[in-house]
Amino acid sequence: MTAPRPPLLLGCVHTGAALLAGLSLLDCLRDGLDDRGTAVAFGALVVLGELTRRPGAEGRETAPLGAAAALSYALLGEAGGQATHHGVTQVVGVVLAASLLGSVPHIAQGRPVRDHLARRVLTTGFAAVCLHPLYDQGALHGRGTAYALLLAAVLALTFLCDALLAAALAHSRTGWPFGPLLRDELRATLGIGSAVCATGAVTALAVAVVGLWALPVFSVPLLLTQMSFRRYAAVRTTYRQTIASLARATEIAGYTPAGHARRVAALSREVGRDLGLSEAELTVLEYAALMHDIGQLSLVDPVPAGATARLPAEEQRRIALLGGAVVRQTGVSPQVALVVERLADPCAEQPVAARIVRAVNAYEEKARDAGPGGALKALEELRLGTAGEYAPEVVGSLARVLSRDGLSMPVAG
Amino acid sequence: METLPARARGYVACAALAAALCLLPAPSARPPWWAVALLAALYAGGGRVAARGRLSGTFYPVLLAGAFLLPPSAAALVAVPGALLGPVGRPPRGTRRLWRAAQLVLAVRAAAEVYAALGEPGPVTAAEFPGALAAAGAAVVAFCLVLTLLDGGILALAERVPARRAWRGLFPRSLAPIAVHGLAGLMMAVLWQSPYGPVAALLVLLPMCVSWWVFGQYHREHAAHQATIRALVQAVDIKDGYTRGHSERVGHASMMIARELGLEDERVEVLRFAGILHDVGKLGVPTRLLRKDGPLTPEERRIIELHPEYGHEMVRGISFLGEARAAVLHHHERLDGSGYPYGLRGSQIPEPARVVAVADAFDAMTSTRSYSRARPVPVALRELERCAGSQFDPRMVTALVRAVRRFGWHPAVTADETGAPPPRPPVSSAPGAHR
Repeated sequence: MTAPRPPLLLGCVHTGAALLAGLSLLDCLRDGLDDRGTAVAFGALVVLGELTRRPGAEGRETAPLGAAAALSYALLGEAGGQATHHGVTQVVGVVLAASLLGSVPHIAQGRPVRDHLARRVLTTGFAAVCLHPLYDQGALHGRGTAYALLLAAVLALTFLCDALLAAALAHSRTGWPFGPLLRDELRATLGIGSAVCATGAVTALAVAVVGLWALPVFSVPLLLTQMSFRRYAAVRTTYRQTIASLARATEIAGYTPAGHARRVAALSREVGRDLGLSEAELTVLEYAALMHDIGQLSLVDPVPAGATARLPAEEQRRIALLGGAVVRQTGVSPQVALVVERLADPCAEQPVAARIVRAVNAYEEKARDAGPGGALKALEELRLGTAGEYAPEVVGSLARVLSRDGLSMPVAG
Repeated sequence: METLPARARGYVACAALAAALCLLPAPSARPPWWAVALLAALYAGGGRVAARGRLSGTFYPVLLAGAFLLPPSAAALVAVPGALLGPVGRPPRGTRRLWRAAQLVLAVRAAAEVYAALGEPGPVTAAEFPGALAAAGAAVVAFCLVLTLLDGGILALAERVPARRAWRGLFPRSLAPIAVHGLAGLMMAVLWQSPYGPVAALLVLLPMCVSWWVFGQYHREHAAHQATIRALVQAVDIKDGYTRGHSERVGHASMMIARELGLEDERVEVLRFAGILHDVGKLGVPTRLLRKDGPLTPEERRIIELHPEYGHEMVRGISFLGEARAAVLHHHERLDGSGYPYGLRGSQIPEPARVVAVADAFDAMTSTRSYSRARPVPVALRELERCAGSQFDPRMVTALVRAVRRFGWHPAVTADETGAPPPRPPVSSAPGAHR
């Protein structure tokens, strides 16, 4: 996908990460490794974490074990009661080498790893830089509980930075608004991120007390968390597929043209993204868009070509209410049903999601059978639409999204 | 079943008495009371928060950390407030609370005794850690053994589950999760006694909590997913009133056949979905045809016979359905090749489709349709046996006959327990089954 402007920020982040990585590797090669056993053990854990990484949604932390191992190595001041001697550069060097090694299968399969590696290097470096000067001065020796709290605080700060970095990278890659991206990143951090933080801190402390034995013992609960997340992701996927199938019901029944629901959902999501909706709101929007025509199943005879946008307002409202009743049966969140019910209301009274679905649906129906150049004409019709039918800000955003994608909506076959 | 049998009451009373004896401290012991209070508060508070946030899981790591940290009687005391105060699902609530407290006290006491016997007292250092790990492992096994022994007993006495079935598989099933809790508990204990103190120990609980939270989310999403599958079926019901409840009942009959054939649980579940969704393609048939009374013309019949293909078209995007999709497409094939849509014969017909075909015919015969009245179950089974070999797979017919003989056929009751989320009544609670 071509970004709208040269992603300057992306370049900066990658260059910074590469510089840090290069310096650290050089330093490690020149001076050799201190505490070799510890370095190898942590490195192995990072490799394991990277190997079990799965590509996730938009750069979420998908290798929690790798992240926790890298962070706890950055925070490690003692091992089994003995002070350690590795510096910041060794931390970054070991983590980078291990991450690269663990990423080999991913690179071989052609998955993108550069953003992931850049984030890993920068966050690990950040945590190490925060704490290592303090170790070197001996300021933390014998500080018990205060030390534990300090570690947790540094890790929380690290994750804040990581969320910022991730949001910035996503923003510069996709051009989506920064605010909602950051909000989604922070929300994701609260879930798996806090588990990774706590595990990182606890592992560093536990290694300090009982030595490297703590590593395998601690990986187990985190692996469990990782597995739960994966099962959750899997059930979400099948759920989405089922909703999409339900949406196809109107197509199979001959009420709407093939692919209509899917196209409206995809375009609505883009528009919602452009208007700055959060991830949770986007899910509601997507489900509502997929099921926006479901009320037509209650009609004995189909509306010609399923084009509800041309029906009288009263009939549109009746279909919307019927649809809401079906959606309420489906177990999706009641917000989705609310959106579907309000689809035909005047736009001043509608929730944002309903405005978006309504405008996108009308666009799809109008553009579909207008032939070449239909897209522009449909957009123009929406702009001129009678007052209160389509929300101007949604139509504006739709125009932006369409011009970005080069008006490449597939025409219904 | 709300009133407990007398034997079960006696069993609970014995357990409670034994637990009370376990709580008596050894005369010389002087437990660190603040640690006991902190852990007990943590266990009780954690349980309450978990119940409110609909997390799944119990705070066993706290109990096990207590077992590794404290003298046995004090460790057992940690479980008491949480077990007595925590929420319970069903009445009789008082007895359930008492039972839970007694069970946990006995289990924790056993674990603590084992750990004290095998492990070294005092803070664990790097050199002693392997020994502590082994002792903790033995303690976890003891904990799990006591829990499952007591659990099996109450199942046998209160729920009248046959004794062998009550205990079968209970121990191996619960050992793995409790072992993970044991690891977390050991780490808590180690950090608690280290210079970093209880704060560091509390951090251990955070990943566990996140894991439970995700698990709870998973279950919620799973329930929503099941409801959506039902909605898919209800969309058919909107068009065709006669099928109301039919889908759920065919799902149930398919499940009974699959169980009887000894299939794995996963395939049984897939077959249930296959039964539920087999007629989903009727969405593509015009409503006027579905609702038509009286005989159909050959033309109309051809249109209705398209429904397996429509159905397959709908569900083919749902990957978890697996072989259920083939069942939707082929459930009207016959063994002699005279069925539709493809006229497959014998073993060409996928196994799930042969199961659903039998279940579908059985329910069609035992419920009232516009063209025929419901027939009694034995008559329907005899009819199926008559058509076995030509129309149906004899294996499936035999399995259904055996399953119905063993468990009976109670569709209206049994369809309710198939895991629908409580706020929505499932399809088959509509009176369709008795019309």
